[in-house]
Order: sequence, then structure tokens, then C-alpha cells
Amino acid sequence: MITREAVYSDAPESAAAGGWRAVVLALGDIGRAGSMTFQALVMMPLLFANPRSRRELARQLYVTGIKSLALITVVGMFTGMILALQVGLELRRYNQEVYIGSAVMVSLLREMGPFMTGIVLAACVGSSMAAQIGTMTVNDEIAALEMMSINPVRFLMAPRIAAMVLMTPILSFYTCVLGVIGGGIVGVTQLNVPWDQYMSMAIDIARMRDLYVGLLKALVFGIVVTGVSCFEGFTTTQGAVGVGRATRRSVITSILVILILGYVITRLFYDL
Amino acid sequence: MIRFDHVTKRLGGRDVLDDLSFEIKKGEVFVIVGPSGTGKSVTLKHMVRLLTPTSGSVWIADTEVSAANGGTLEKVRERFGYLFQGGALLGWMTVADNIALPLREKTRLPEKEIEARVAEALSMVGLEDDGDKFPNEISGGMQKRAGLARAIVRRPEIVLYDEPTSGLDPITSRTIDKLILKLNTDLGITSVVVTHDLQGALLIADRIAMLTGGRFVEVSAPKVFVATDQPDVRGFLDAQFISKKGLEGM
Repeated sequence: MITREAVYSDAPESAAAGGWRAVVLALGDIGRAGSMTFQALVMMPLLFANPRSRRELARQLYVTGIKSLALITVVGMFTGMILALQVGLELRRYNQEVYIGSAVMVSLLREMGPFMTGIVLAACVGSSMAAQIGTMTVNDEIAALEMMSINPVRFLMAPRIAAMVLMTPILSFYTCVLGVIGGGIVGVTQLNVPWDQYMSMAIDIARMRDLYVGLLKALVFGIVVTGVSCFEGFTTTQGAVGVGRATRRSVITSILVILILGYVITRLFYDL
Repeated sequence: MIRFDHVTKRLGGRDVLDDLSFEIKKGEVFVIVGPSGTGKSVTLKHMVRLLTPTSGSVWIADTEVSAANGGTLEKVRERFGYLFQGGALLGWMTVADNIALPLREKTRLPEKEIEARVAEALSMVGLEDDGDKFPNEISGGMQKRAGLARAIVRRPEIVLYDEPTSGLDPITSRTIDKLILKLNTDLGITSVVVTHDLQGALLIADRIAMLTGGRFVEVSAPKVFVATDQPDVRGFLDAQFISKKGLEGM
């Protein structure tokens, strides 16, 4: 059952009891969000079962991919430009600005590409998911789905998570490509590094492992954003105020989890 | 058909339902009235386990719905249609697609049969020409009627109505009341209606129950209900200008 009622029906007896209750509720929320996300991932193959599900998946791919493209383009380009400028200014002090291509490529592939993609998707797509599902929850539409014995996780969450799983690695790669181009523009126009030299340094440093780890991070971030946002939506209460709260919480939680998981994945794949 | 057995529901530190026991018979129109916040909708939600009792049990025929999960709960819910207060239509689908949704998702009926069933349901609620519209293109009353069409399209045994006439003009309200009666008499559907609208309740009910303080203070046929001296009921009737001869001339 997605529609849930309050675990506690009475106010806590003391501040300590209230604190303990908050910990229990938070752990319960993490468990439920994880369980919902797992269910949605398992149900993804069902989306190819009939034309209506495929149409919904196509709609979500459009929302996740195409509608985020303009923002991703600007963010990707400027991330690369900022990286090139900051690193280039330091390297110039040692007459080593020729290496900015390497620095930009490594930073983008390993970290900044997937990270910036995750942040943009959390703000752009995740917030919209939380608001839409939250509005449906407070308008009894989720309860109506349950009354029709339609599983809201399969009906609403599975297409969204499938779209994210398919689109985040592509968007992350796109961010990296644009970032490298943006860095190159800064290198050529402001640091006097020839384009060929910049690109050759960038391509020489690129390792397939960096690309794979970056794409894995993007995939995980996409799943996290969908899981957090849909969970916040499904657990929305208290009308319009609750929808606003769910939207804000979905973005904050997604970004925090992206940061923490980003570190964990880096630590797992790169030895000190 | 529906039985509440000593149901208590604690919400926000108070007992919204307090040891509530009652039974609704098959084919009956059972109307629950009472002031706002007394737990009428909460009672309705317990019948399909959208809420679970703090103590006590809820039975649908021989199945304890308050303990049902998974496939059992799904089977119980398939016996129900539920009209939510605002209609609860999905905003990105047309009215016809909303009505077809439970058939498309939960049955293997061919598309032609589904279209025929949707057309039949639309015609029953008087929305024959509005199937192609989106929910935001129709009025609140039409949304409720569309919600009702969706609730009955799977031909349920029981329909739960949560405030079917709230916010509607008197003419639309009476149209919906007549529709509830028609479904009851033509299709033999058991109906449970939660409402503030006593005039409508007196028109359609086989029995009316007044919920106050988590308990039914009066459960009786409309004629007995209007004539009672129970103070809570009397106050509620007086507030809606219904005298002890309330049914006369209606």
C-alpha cells in the first residue's frame, strides 16, 4: 500500500521520546524509499508489455532528456569554462597552461559531469516529479489508483525511473563533451592554448575506466533522484503547503545523497 | 455485506472512531451524516483499507478487510467503486481515458468492449458528449459525475460515495442523488454515502446514521430519523431547516 497513515497517533511524551521517534521515522522512510525504488526498478521490464506503457515511457524520456537539454547545455558548457579558467590561471604561473585539457577532462569525466547532471536533474526533473505526484496524493488520485488495484509504483514510478536510468548516463556524457568544448574555448581565447594541443592533452588523459565510473555515478544519481522525489510525492500530506514542502525536500535530499554517494563511489573505484 | 466490529481509530491523539459497530446489508443505501471532522470519511476509508483500525475489525462478507494484504486486498477492492470528494481524475488523461483506465489496466477486455463500456458509463452519468475533454475543461459537478462513471465502470457490488454533492448547486446535487438511486435500483449496487446534505440523504437512504464523537448516535430509516428527539440529530436537522415532518412535500 502506498497510501499510509501516521505511524504515531499521539504527541511524544518528552523531547527525548520525540528525538527517538524522529530517528525511527527517518529510518522507516529510508527503508520505504529504498523498497519503492527497488520495486520500480524490478517493474521496468513491464513497461514494454503494452503500447500505453511504451507511450508513457516515451513521454518520460522526453521530459527527462529533451526538456532538460537546454539547461544541461548551459551548465555543461560553463562548468568546463570555469574549470579551464580556474585551473589555467594557476597553471599559467608555472607556464604549464598547456595541461588544462587534461585537468578539465579528468575533472569532468570522473566527477563534475555526473555531479552537475545529477544536480540539474534533481532541480529540474526531480522537483517536478515530487510536485506532480504530491499533488496527485493530496487530491486522492493515488488513493483512487489503489482503489482500482493499480499499483502506483508500477504506474507512475517505473516509467520515471526507467527514463532516468536511460537518460542520465547519456546526459552526463553530453555534459562532459560540452564541458570539454567550453574549456577549449576558454583555453584558446583567454589562455592562448592552441585547440589541437588542448584536445590532444584532453584525449590522451581520458581513460575508459574514468568514463565508466562517471557513467555509473550518473546512473546511480538518476535512480536516487527518482527514488527520493517519488517517495516525497507519495508521502505528501497537508495540501498545497505539503506539496511545496515535498518539492523542497526532494531537491535538498537528492543533492545531499548525490554528494555522499559521489564520494563513496569515488572511494570505491580509486585507491589512495 | 459490510460489518464494523468494535472499530476504534486513533488519529492525532484522539479517538476519531470509538468502538464503532454496525452492519450494512446487501443492496442497501446507507447514508452517514454528521458534522465536519467527526470521522465520516475515515469510516468510509476503513471499508477498503485505505485506513486500518487501531483496534477492532472490518469485514466485507467473509473477508476481514482490515487485515487483508496483497492479492486478498486487491480482490476485496475489485468489489468496490469509490467516488472521492473531488472526483480524483488523472489530469493528463481525457474523461473517457480516466473511465477506461481500470478496464485497460485490470482486465483483458478488447478495446471495442472497453469503448462500449465507457460510452455506457458516460451515458449513465449524462456526460455522453464530454468524453474527449480533460478534467480541467469541465465543471466540478461534471468531474464528480466522471468520477462516478469511473467508479461504476467495472460494475462493482458496492459503491462508496464521499461527499458526492458537496460544493454543487441544488439541481446538480439532486441529479447525483437520482443517479445513486438509479444505480441502486437498476444494478442492485450497495451504496454507502457520506454527506452533509440531509435533504439528499432523506431522498436516497434506506437508513441514515448520524456519527458524533466517534459513534453512531442514531441509525434509522429516514422517516424515523427526522422524527427522533436525539439532541445531536435534532440540532443537525434544525440547522438544515428540516422539521419532524421533514419528508412531507419532498
